[in-house]
Amino acid sequence: MVIDWVLVLEWVIKSILLVFILLTGFAYTTFYERKLAAAIQLRIGPNRAGPGGWLQPAADGVKLIFKEEFTPAEAYKFVFVLAPIITVVPALVIMAVVPWGDVVNLFGRMVPLYLADINVAVLYILSVASVSVYGIVLAGWASNNKYAMLGGLRSSAQMLSYELALGLAFIGPILIAGSMSLMDIIEAQRNVWFIVYQPLGAIIFYIAMLAEVNRAPFDMPEAEQELTAGYHTEYSGMKFSLFFMGEYIKMAAVSGIFASLFLGGFRGPFVDELPGLGPLYFFLKIVASLGVMIWIRATMPRLRYDRLMAFGWKVLLPLALLNVFVTAVVIVALGL
Amino acid sequence: MNVELILFFVLAAVAIGAALGMLFSRNAVYSALFLILNFATVAVFFLLLGAPFIAMAQVTVYAGAIMVLFLFVIMLLGAEQIQHQARRGWQRPLAMLLTLVLLAESAYLIFTRSDVLTVLPPAASDYGSPQSIGLLLFSEYLLPFEVTSILLLAAMVGAIVLVKEDKKKSGGRK
Repeated sequence: MVIDWVLVLEWVIKSILLVFILLTGFAYTTFYERKLAAAIQLRIGPNRAGPGGWLQPAADGVKLIFKEEFTPAEAYKFVFVLAPIITVVPALVIMAVVPWGDVVNLFGRMVPLYLADINVAVLYILSVASVSVYGIVLAGWASNNKYAMLGGLRSSAQMLSYELALGLAFIGPILIAGSMSLMDIIEAQRNVWFIVYQPLGAIIFYIAMLAEVNRAPFDMPEAEQELTAGYHTEYSGMKFSLFFMGEYIKMAAVSGIFASLFLGGFRGPFVDELPGLGPLYFFLKIVASLGVMIWIRATMPRLRYDRLMAFGWKVLLPLALLNVFVTAVVIVALGL
Repeated sequence: MNVELILFFVLAAVAIGAALGMLFSRNAVYSALFLILNFATVAVFFLLLGAPFIAMAQVTVYAGAIMVLFLFVIMLLGAEQIQHQARRGWQRPLAMLLTLVLLAESAYLIFTRSDVLTVLPPAASDYGSPQSIGLLLFSEYLLPFEVTSILLLAAMVGAIVLVKEDKKKSGGRK
Protein backbone atom coordinates (compact mmCIF):
# COMPACT_ATOMS: atom_id res chain seq x y z
CA MET A 1 0.00 0.00 0.00
CA VAL A 2 1.53 3.26 -1.13
CA ILE A 3 0.57 6.28 0.90
CA ASP A 4 0.31 9.55 -0.96
CA TRP A 5 1.91 11.88 1.58
CA VAL A 6 0.77 14.99 -0.26
CA LEU A 7 -2.80 13.73 -0.04
CA VAL A 8 -2.42 13.09 3.69
CA LEU A 9 -1.00 16.59 4.10
CA GLU A 10 -3.94 17.99 2.13
CA TRP A 11 -6.42 16.22 4.46
CA VAL A 12 -4.60 17.42 7.56
CA ILE A 13 -4.57 21.01 6.33
CA LYS A 14 -8.25 20.87 5.40
CA SER A 15 -9.21 19.32 8.75
CA ILE A 16 -7.25 21.91 10.73
CA LEU A 17 -8.75 24.69 8.63
CA LEU A 18 -12.26 23.35 9.20
CA VAL A 19 -11.79 23.03 12.97
CA PHE A 20 -10.23 26.50 13.09
CA ILE A 21 -13.14 28.04 11.15
CA LEU A 22 -15.69 26.28 13.36
CA LEU A 23 -14.00 27.42 16.57
CA THR A 24 -13.65 31.06 15.50
CA GLY A 25 -17.11 30.87 13.99
CA PHE A 26 -18.41 29.72 17.37
CA ALA A 27 -17.05 32.84 19.08
CA TYR A 28 -18.54 35.15 16.50
CA THR A 29 -21.86 33.29 16.38
CA THR A 30 -22.40 34.26 20.01
CA PHE A 31 -21.62 37.88 19.08
CA TYR A 32 -23.93 37.68 16.04
CA GLU A 33 -26.69 36.31 18.26
CA ARG A 34 -26.35 39.03 20.89
CA LYS A 35 -26.19 41.82 18.33
CA LEU A 36 -29.08 40.55 16.19
CA ALA A 37 -31.30 39.71 19.18
CA ALA A 38 -30.56 43.18 20.55
CA ALA A 39 -31.54 44.80 17.26
CA ILE A 40 -34.78 42.79 17.12
CA GLN A 41 -35.67 43.73 20.71
CA LEU A 42 -34.67 47.41 20.22
CA ARG A 43 -31.64 47.17 22.52
CA ILE A 44 -28.02 48.06 21.75
CA GLY A 45 -26.23 44.84 22.72
CA PRO A 46 -22.53 44.50 23.53
CA ASN A 47 -20.68 47.63 22.38
CA ARG A 48 -17.89 48.22 24.93
CA ALA A 49 -15.08 45.80 24.08
CA GLY A 50 -13.29 47.07 20.97
CA PRO A 51 -14.82 49.08 18.13
CA GLY A 52 -18.53 48.31 17.95
CA GLY A 53 -18.08 45.52 20.51
CA TRP A 54 -16.18 43.34 18.05
CA LEU A 55 -13.72 42.12 20.70
CA GLN A 56 -16.53 40.93 22.99
CA PRO A 57 -16.02 37.21 22.11
CA ALA A 58 -12.33 37.48 23.03
CA ALA A 59 -13.23 39.12 26.34
CA ASP A 60 -15.78 36.37 27.04
CA GLY A 61 -13.22 33.70 26.22
CA VAL A 62 -10.63 35.18 28.58
CA LYS A 63 -13.24 35.47 31.33
CA LEU A 64 -14.29 31.81 30.97
CA ILE A 65 -10.69 30.58 30.98
CA PHE A 66 -9.89 32.36 34.25
CA LYS A 67 -13.08 31.33 36.03
CA GLU A 68 -12.88 28.79 38.81
CA GLU A 69 -13.43 25.22 37.68
CA PHE A 70 -15.63 23.54 40.22
CA THR A 71 -16.32 19.82 40.41
CA PRO A 72 -18.97 18.73 42.91
CA ALA A 73 -17.62 16.39 45.60
CA GLU A 74 -20.28 13.75 44.93
CA ALA A 75 -19.93 13.86 41.13
CA TYR A 76 -18.73 10.88 39.11
CA LYS A 77 -15.45 12.59 38.24
CA PHE A 78 -14.41 10.74 35.10
CA VAL A 79 -17.77 10.95 33.38
CA PHE A 80 -18.17 14.53 34.62
CA VAL A 81 -15.06 15.49 32.61
CA LEU A 82 -15.93 13.20 29.71
CA ALA A 83 -19.44 14.60 29.10
CA PRO A 84 -18.45 18.06 27.75
CA ILE A 85 -15.91 16.41 25.45
CA ILE A 86 -18.53 14.00 24.08
CA THR A 87 -20.72 17.04 23.40
CA VAL A 88 -18.13 19.01 21.42
CA VAL A 89 -16.48 16.27 19.36
CA PRO A 90 -19.58 15.16 17.37
CA ALA A 91 -20.29 18.84 16.60
CA LEU A 92 -16.81 19.16 15.11
CA VAL A 93 -16.71 15.91 13.14
CA ILE A 94 -20.22 16.14 11.66
CA MET A 95 -19.02 18.78 9.17
CA ALA A 96 -16.53 16.34 7.62
CA VAL A 97 -19.05 15.09 5.05
CA VAL A 98 -20.57 18.49 4.21
CA PRO A 99 -18.95 19.89 1.05
CA TRP A 100 -18.23 23.60 1.04
CA GLY A 101 -17.14 23.83 -2.58
CA ASP A 102 -16.39 21.92 -5.76
CA VAL A 103 -12.97 20.71 -6.94
CA VAL A 104 -10.65 23.71 -7.42
CA ASN A 105 -7.22 24.08 -8.96
CA LEU A 106 -4.79 25.21 -6.24
CA PHE A 107 -1.08 25.52 -7.17
CA GLY A 108 -1.49 23.10 -10.08
CA ARG A 109 -3.22 20.47 -7.93
CA MET A 110 -6.90 19.57 -8.10
CA VAL A 111 -8.14 20.01 -4.54
CA PRO A 112 -11.72 19.03 -3.68
CA LEU A 113 -13.21 21.48 -1.20
CA TYR A 114 -14.63 18.81 1.08
CA LEU A 115 -13.11 16.32 3.47
CA ALA A 116 -14.98 13.21 2.42
CA ASP A 117 -17.59 12.50 -0.24
CA ILE A 118 -18.92 9.16 0.97
CA ASN A 119 -21.97 7.36 -0.33
CA VAL A 120 -23.48 7.09 3.16
CA ALA A 121 -22.97 10.75 4.13
CA VAL A 122 -26.55 11.18 5.32
CA LEU A 123 -26.31 8.10 7.52
CA TYR A 124 -23.02 9.39 8.87
CA ILE A 125 -24.74 12.63 9.91
CA LEU A 126 -27.54 10.69 11.61
CA SER A 127 -25.15 8.41 13.46
CA VAL A 128 -23.02 11.30 14.71
CA ALA A 129 -26.20 13.09 15.80
CA SER A 130 -27.34 10.02 17.71
CA VAL A 131 -24.00 9.80 19.52
CA SER A 132 -24.10 13.47 20.53
CA VAL A 133 -27.06 12.70 22.84
CA TYR A 134 -24.66 10.95 25.22
CA GLY A 135 -22.92 14.17 26.23
CA ILE A 136 -26.15 15.50 27.68
CA VAL A 137 -27.34 12.27 29.33
CA LEU A 138 -23.96 11.72 30.96
CA ALA A 139 -23.58 15.35 32.07
CA GLY A 140 -26.94 15.12 33.81
CA TRP A 141 -26.09 11.84 35.50
CA ALA A 142 -22.49 12.56 36.46
CA SER A 143 -23.37 15.84 38.19
CA ASN A 144 -25.28 13.85 40.83
CA ASN A 145 -27.80 16.66 41.16
CA LYS A 146 -31.53 16.18 40.71
CA TYR A 147 -32.02 19.26 38.55
CA ALA A 148 -29.12 18.27 36.30
CA MET A 149 -30.48 14.71 36.10
CA LEU A 150 -33.99 15.84 35.20
CA GLY A 151 -32.67 18.38 32.73
CA GLY A 152 -30.39 15.83 31.11
CA LEU A 153 -33.17 13.25 30.79
CA ARG A 154 -35.59 15.82 29.37
CA SER A 155 -33.14 17.24 26.85
CA SER A 156 -32.03 13.85 25.66
CA ALA A 157 -35.60 12.49 25.43
CA GLN A 158 -36.40 15.55 23.34
CA MET A 159 -33.40 14.99 21.06
CA LEU A 160 -34.29 11.30 20.60
CA SER A 161 -37.90 12.14 19.72
CA TYR A 162 -37.04 14.82 17.20
CA GLU A 163 -34.27 12.72 15.66
CA LEU A 164 -37.00 10.52 14.12
CA ALA A 165 -38.63 13.44 12.31
CA LEU A 166 -35.18 14.70 11.32
CA GLY A 167 -34.23 11.34 9.83
CA LEU A 168 -37.49 11.15 7.89
CA ALA A 169 -37.03 14.70 6.55
CA PHE A 170 -33.68 13.59 5.10
CA ILE A 171 -35.49 11.05 2.92
CA GLY A 172 -37.19 13.60 0.62
CA PRO A 173 -33.95 15.03 -0.85
CA ILE A 174 -32.41 11.52 -0.94
CA LEU A 175 -35.37 10.23 -2.96
CA ILE A 176 -35.24 13.12 -5.44
CA ALA A 177 -31.47 13.02 -5.86
CA GLY A 178 -31.32 9.22 -5.82
CA SER A 179 -28.22 9.25 -3.66
CA MET A 180 -27.10 9.55 -0.04
CA SER A 181 -23.95 11.48 -0.93
CA LEU A 182 -24.23 15.19 -0.20
CA MET A 183 -22.21 16.02 -3.34
CA ASP A 184 -24.83 14.22 -5.46
CA ILE A 185 -27.69 15.89 -3.58
CA ILE A 186 -26.15 19.33 -4.17
CA GLU A 187 -25.48 18.47 -7.81
CA ALA A 188 -29.15 17.54 -8.24
CA GLN A 189 -30.07 21.06 -7.08
CA ARG A 190 -28.16 22.68 -9.95
CA ASN A 191 -31.34 24.23 -11.37
CA VAL A 192 -33.94 24.20 -8.62
CA TRP A 193 -33.36 24.14 -4.86
CA PHE A 194 -35.05 21.27 -3.07
CA ILE A 195 -36.89 23.67 -0.78
CA VAL A 196 -39.17 24.24 -3.80
CA TYR A 197 -39.96 20.53 -4.21
CA GLN A 198 -39.90 19.80 -0.49
CA PRO A 199 -41.39 22.80 1.35
CA LEU A 200 -42.95 20.61 4.05
CA GLY A 201 -39.77 18.54 4.38
CA ALA A 202 -37.69 21.70 4.76
CA ILE A 203 -39.95 23.08 7.50
CA ILE A 204 -39.98 19.75 9.37
CA PHE A 205 -36.20 19.55 9.06
CA TYR A 206 -35.73 23.08 10.36
CA ILE A 207 -38.01 22.56 13.39
CA ALA A 208 -36.45 19.18 14.19
CA MET A 209 -32.96 20.59 13.93
CA LEU A 210 -33.84 23.41 16.34
CA ALA A 211 -34.88 20.71 18.80
CA GLU A 212 -31.73 18.68 18.06
CA VAL A 213 -29.43 21.54 19.04
CA ASN A 214 -31.62 22.54 22.01
CA ARG A 215 -32.39 25.99 20.67
CA ALA A 216 -35.40 28.17 21.50
CA PRO A 217 -38.32 27.42 21.53
CA PHE A 218 -37.02 23.99 22.54
CA ASP A 219 -34.28 25.15 24.92
CA MET A 220 -35.09 22.92 27.89
CA PRO A 221 -31.77 23.52 29.69
CA GLU A 222 -32.65 27.19 30.07
CA ALA A 223 -36.02 26.66 31.74
CA GLU A 224 -34.64 28.24 34.92
CA GLN A 225 -37.81 28.18 36.97
CA GLU A 226 -38.19 24.41 36.72
CA LEU A 227 -34.72 23.02 36.07
CA THR A 228 -32.22 25.70 37.16
CA ALA A 229 -29.78 25.28 34.24
CA GLY A 230 -30.67 21.71 33.28
CA TYR A 231 -27.83 19.34 32.53
CA HIS A 232 -25.11 22.00 32.87
CA THR A 233 -26.20 23.25 36.31
CA GLU A 234 -23.03 21.98 37.98
CA TYR A 235 -20.60 22.99 35.25
CA SER A 236 -18.43 26.10 35.38
CA GLY A 237 -15.41 27.62 33.70
CA MET A 238 -14.06 25.92 30.59
CA LYS A 239 -16.19 22.81 31.05
CA PHE A 240 -19.30 24.97 30.84
CA SER A 241 -17.93 26.79 27.83
CA LEU A 242 -17.40 23.44 26.09
CA PHE A 243 -21.17 22.86 26.30
CA PHE A 244 -21.70 26.37 25.06
CA MET A 245 -19.24 25.75 22.23
CA GLY A 246 -20.95 22.46 21.37
CA GLU A 247 -24.32 24.20 21.07
CA TYR A 248 -23.09 26.99 18.79
CA ILE A 249 -20.91 24.77 16.59
CA LYS A 250 -23.87 22.42 16.22
CA MET A 251 -26.01 25.38 15.17
CA ALA A 252 -23.55 26.19 12.39
CA ALA A 253 -23.19 22.52 11.43
CA VAL A 254 -26.92 21.82 11.15
CA SER A 255 -27.33 25.07 9.22
CA GLY A 256 -24.70 23.82 6.79
CA ILE A 257 -26.52 20.49 6.47
CA PHE A 258 -29.84 22.30 5.95
CA ALA A 259 -28.24 24.50 3.27
CA SER A 260 -26.80 21.42 1.52
CA LEU A 261 -30.08 19.50 1.56
CA PHE A 262 -32.56 22.23 0.74
CA LEU A 263 -30.79 25.43 -0.35
CA GLY A 264 -28.42 24.09 -2.99
CA GLY A 265 -25.32 23.95 -0.77
CA PHE A 266 -22.42 25.82 -2.32
CA ARG A 267 -24.27 26.21 -5.64
CA GLY A 268 -25.13 29.69 -6.86
CA PRO A 269 -24.71 31.94 -9.89
CA PHE A 270 -21.33 31.65 -11.70
CA VAL A 271 -20.06 28.90 -9.40
CA ASP A 272 -19.13 26.71 -12.39
CA GLU A 273 -16.90 29.44 -13.85
CA LEU A 274 -15.43 30.55 -10.53
CA PRO A 275 -15.32 27.58 -8.09
CA GLY A 276 -13.90 29.93 -5.45
CA LEU A 277 -17.37 31.44 -5.06
CA GLY A 278 -18.70 28.13 -3.66
CA PRO A 279 -17.45 28.55 -0.07
CA LEU A 280 -18.71 32.15 -0.10
CA TYR A 281 -22.25 31.15 -1.10
CA PHE A 282 -22.18 28.33 1.42
CA PHE A 283 -21.06 30.74 4.15
CA LEU A 284 -23.81 33.23 3.29
CA LYS A 285 -26.45 30.48 3.41
CA ILE A 286 -25.22 29.36 6.83
CA VAL A 287 -25.29 32.95 8.11
CA ALA A 288 -28.85 33.36 6.82
CA SER A 289 -29.98 30.14 8.50
CA LEU A 290 -28.28 31.16 11.77
CA GLY A 291 -30.05 34.51 11.48
CA VAL A 292 -33.44 32.78 11.32
CA MET A 293 -32.53 30.69 14.39
CA ILE A 294 -31.61 33.82 16.33
CA TRP A 295 -34.75 35.57 15.11
CA ILE A 296 -36.86 32.68 16.42
CA ARG A 297 -35.05 32.78 19.74
CA ALA A 298 -35.54 36.53 20.08
CA THR A 299 -39.28 36.35 19.42
CA MET A 300 -40.73 32.98 20.51
CA PRO A 301 -41.56 31.83 24.06
CA ARG A 302 -40.39 28.41 25.23
CA LEU A 303 -42.70 25.41 24.79
CA ARG A 304 -43.91 23.54 27.86
CA TYR A 305 -42.22 20.14 28.07
CA ASP A 306 -45.29 17.92 27.60
CA ARG A 307 -46.49 20.04 24.65
CA LEU A 308 -43.03 19.78 23.12
CA MET A 309 -43.11 15.99 23.28
CA ALA A 310 -46.71 15.84 22.03
CA PHE A 311 -45.81 18.12 19.12
CA GLY A 312 -42.82 15.96 18.19
CA TRP A 313 -44.66 12.67 18.27
CA LYS A 314 -48.20 13.58 17.26
CA VAL A 315 -47.63 16.35 14.71
CA LEU A 316 -44.10 16.36 13.35
CA LEU A 317 -43.57 12.60 13.01
CA PRO A 318 -46.86 11.85 11.14
CA LEU A 319 -46.28 14.87 8.89
CA ALA A 320 -42.76 13.66 8.11
CA LEU A 321 -44.09 10.17 7.31
CA LEU A 322 -46.74 11.70 5.07
CA ASN A 323 -44.07 13.76 3.33
CA VAL A 324 -41.98 10.66 2.61
CA PHE A 325 -45.05 8.80 1.34
CA VAL A 326 -46.21 11.59 -0.98
CA THR A 327 -42.68 12.20 -2.31
CA ALA A 328 -42.20 8.52 -3.09
CA VAL A 329 -45.62 8.22 -4.79
CA VAL A 330 -45.03 11.35 -6.89
CA ILE A 331 -41.58 10.17 -7.97
CA VAL A 332 -42.94 6.78 -9.03
CA ALA A 333 -46.01 8.31 -10.71
CA LEU A 334 -43.92 10.76 -12.75
CA GLY A 335 -41.39 8.04 -13.52
CA LEU A 336 -38.44 10.18 -12.42
CA MET B 1 4.11 -2.81 7.39
CA ASN B 2 0.49 -3.55 6.73
CA VAL B 3 -1.53 -0.64 8.10
CA GLU B 4 -4.77 -2.59 8.14
CA LEU B 5 -3.25 -5.39 10.18
CA ILE B 6 -1.95 -2.96 12.82
CA LEU B 7 -5.34 -1.25 12.93
CA PHE B 8 -7.04 -4.62 13.31
CA PHE B 9 -4.98 -5.64 16.31
CA VAL B 10 -5.32 -2.26 18.04
CA LEU B 11 -9.08 -2.30 17.51
CA ALA B 12 -9.34 -5.92 18.61
CA ALA B 13 -7.53 -5.07 21.84
CA VAL B 14 -9.88 -2.13 22.44
CA ALA B 15 -12.95 -4.26 21.69
CA ILE B 16 -11.89 -7.05 24.05
CA GLY B 17 -10.86 -4.55 26.71
CA ALA B 18 -14.24 -2.83 26.45
CA ALA B 19 -16.09 -6.15 26.67
CA LEU B 20 -14.13 -7.12 29.79
CA GLY B 21 -14.72 -3.67 31.26
CA MET B 22 -18.44 -4.10 30.70
CA LEU B 23 -18.42 -7.43 32.54
CA PHE B 24 -16.32 -6.33 35.49
CA SER B 25 -17.37 -2.77 36.26
CA ARG B 26 -19.36 -2.37 39.44
CA ASN B 27 -21.50 0.48 38.19
CA ALA B 28 -24.20 -0.29 35.61
CA VAL B 29 -23.68 3.06 33.88
CA TYR B 30 -20.00 2.32 33.32
CA SER B 31 -20.95 -1.12 32.00
CA ALA B 32 -23.25 0.55 29.49
CA LEU B 33 -20.51 2.97 28.47
CA PHE B 34 -18.07 0.11 27.89
CA LEU B 35 -20.68 -1.64 25.78
CA ILE B 36 -21.07 1.54 23.67
CA LEU B 37 -17.30 1.62 23.16
CA ASN B 38 -17.44 -2.02 22.11
CA PHE B 39 -20.21 -1.33 19.57
CA ALA B 40 -18.27 1.63 18.18
CA THR B 41 -15.17 -0.55 17.69
CA VAL B 42 -17.24 -3.16 15.89
CA ALA B 43 -18.49 -0.36 13.61
CA VAL B 44 -14.88 0.51 12.76
CA PHE B 45 -14.27 -3.17 11.95
CA PHE B 46 -17.12 -2.98 9.43
CA LEU B 47 -15.49 0.13 7.94
CA LEU B 48 -12.19 -1.73 7.60
CA LEU B 49 -14.02 -4.54 5.83
CA GLY B 50 -15.39 -2.05 3.29
CA ALA B 51 -19.01 -1.97 4.50
CA PRO B 52 -19.66 1.65 5.47
CA PHE B 53 -23.44 1.26 5.37
CA ILE B 54 -23.40 -1.49 7.99
CA ALA B 55 -20.88 0.48 10.04
CA MET B 56 -23.14 3.53 10.12
CA ALA B 57 -26.20 1.40 10.89
CA GLN B 58 -24.24 -0.20 13.75
CA VAL B 59 -23.44 3.21 15.25
CA THR B 60 -26.92 4.68 14.73
CA VAL B 61 -28.92 1.71 15.93
CA TYR B 62 -26.76 0.01 18.56
CA ALA B 63 -24.35 2.65 19.88
CA GLY B 64 -26.93 5.40 19.41
CA ALA B 65 -30.58 4.47 19.86
CA ILE B 66 -30.52 1.22 21.82
CA MET B 67 -27.81 2.12 24.29
CA VAL B 68 -29.38 5.51 25.03
CA LEU B 69 -32.52 3.66 26.06
CA PHE B 70 -30.42 1.30 28.22
CA LEU B 71 -28.86 4.32 29.93
CA PHE B 72 -32.29 5.87 30.41
CA VAL B 73 -33.63 2.78 32.13
CA ILE B 74 -30.54 2.44 34.32
CA MET B 75 -30.70 6.08 35.36
CA LEU B 76 -34.47 6.27 35.87
CA LEU B 77 -34.53 3.14 38.02
CA GLY B 78 -31.36 4.13 39.86
CA ALA B 79 -30.09 0.64 39.04
CA GLU B 80 -26.48 1.79 39.17
CA GLN B 81 -26.72 2.08 42.95
CA ILE B 82 -28.16 -1.36 43.59
CA GLN B 83 -25.61 -3.50 45.41
CA HIS B 84 -24.79 -7.00 44.30
CA GLN B 85 -27.54 -9.29 45.46
CA ALA B 86 -27.07 -12.93 46.30
CA ARG B 87 -26.49 -14.68 42.99
CA ARG B 88 -28.47 -17.68 42.01
CA GLY B 89 -26.23 -20.65 42.69
CA TRP B 90 -26.72 -22.41 39.37
CA GLN B 91 -25.86 -19.38 37.22
CA ARG B 92 -22.09 -19.44 37.46
CA PRO B 93 -21.50 -23.16 36.67
CA LEU B 94 -23.97 -22.98 33.80
CA ALA B 95 -22.23 -19.92 32.32
CA MET B 96 -18.87 -21.65 32.59
CA LEU B 97 -20.21 -24.78 30.92
CA LEU B 98 -21.72 -22.84 28.03
CA THR B 99 -18.50 -20.84 27.55
CA LEU B 100 -16.50 -24.07 27.42
CA VAL B 101 -18.86 -25.49 24.80
CA LEU B 102 -18.49 -22.33 22.69
CA LEU B 103 -14.70 -22.37 22.99
CA ALA B 104 -14.53 -26.07 22.12
CA GLU B 105 -16.73 -25.50 19.10
CA SER B 106 -14.55 -22.66 17.81
CA ALA B 107 -11.36 -24.63 18.43
CA TYR B 108 -12.82 -27.62 16.60
CA LEU B 109 -13.72 -25.44 13.61
CA ILE B 110 -10.33 -23.73 13.46
CA PHE B 111 -8.30 -26.94 13.72
CA THR B 112 -10.36 -29.25 11.54
CA ARG B 113 -11.63 -26.98 8.81
CA SER B 114 -8.57 -25.13 7.59
CA ASP B 115 -10.44 -24.02 4.47
CA VAL B 116 -12.37 -21.38 6.45
CA LEU B 117 -9.11 -19.56 7.01
CA THR B 118 -8.14 -19.22 3.37
CA VAL B 119 -7.99 -15.81 1.74
CA LEU B 120 -11.34 -14.69 0.45
CA PRO B 121 -11.72 -13.24 -3.02
CA PRO B 122 -12.02 -9.42 -2.97
CA ALA B 123 -15.60 -8.22 -2.59
CA ALA B 124 -17.48 -6.61 -5.44
CA SER B 125 -17.09 -2.84 -5.64
CA ASP B 126 -20.73 -2.20 -4.75
CA TYR B 127 -20.63 -4.72 -1.89
CA GLY B 128 -22.50 -3.37 1.13
CA SER B 129 -23.51 -0.18 -0.65
CA PRO B 130 -26.94 1.28 0.26
CA GLN B 131 -28.31 0.36 -3.19
CA SER B 132 -27.25 -3.30 -3.10
CA ILE B 133 -28.51 -3.76 0.47
CA GLY B 134 -31.84 -2.16 -0.42
CA LEU B 135 -32.22 -4.33 -3.51
CA LEU B 136 -31.44 -7.49 -1.55
CA LEU B 137 -33.85 -6.56 1.25
CA PHE B 138 -36.71 -5.96 -1.15
CA SER B 139 -36.13 -8.96 -3.41
CA GLU B 140 -34.37 -11.99 -1.97
CA TYR B 141 -35.03 -11.26 1.71
CA LEU B 142 -38.46 -9.64 1.34
CA LEU B 143 -40.31 -12.13 3.55
CA PRO B 144 -37.89 -12.04 6.53
CA PHE B 145 -37.74 -8.26 6.20
CA GLU B 146 -41.53 -7.87 6.35
CA VAL B 147 -41.84 -10.42 9.16
CA THR B 148 -39.28 -8.43 11.16
CA SER B 149 -41.20 -5.23 10.59
CA ILE B 150 -44.44 -6.83 11.79
CA LEU B 151 -42.59 -8.17 14.84
CA LEU B 152 -41.33 -4.67 15.65
CA LEU B 153 -44.81 -3.21 15.13
CA ALA B 154 -46.27 -5.80 17.49
CA ALA B 155 -43.64 -4.91 20.11
CA MET B 156 -44.48 -1.21 19.74
CA VAL B 157 -48.22 -1.80 20.07
CA GLY B 158 -47.51 -4.05 23.05
CA ALA B 159 -45.54 -1.33 24.81
CA ILE B 160 -48.34 1.18 24.29
CA VAL B 161 -50.99 -1.28 25.50
CA LEU B 162 -48.98 -2.02 28.66
CA VAL B 163 -48.74 1.68 29.49
CA LYS B 164 -52.47 2.24 28.88
CA GLU B 165 -53.46 -0.68 31.11
CA ASP B 166 -51.37 0.66 33.95
CA LYS B 167 -53.01 4.09 33.71
CA LYS B 168 -56.54 2.71 33.90
CA LYS B 169 -55.78 0.54 36.93
CA SER B 170 -54.17 3.31 38.93
CA GLY B 171 -57.08 5.58 38.01
CA GLY B 172 -59.57 2.94 39.23
CA ARG B 173 -57.85 2.56 42.57
CA LYS B 174 -58.13 6.23 43.32
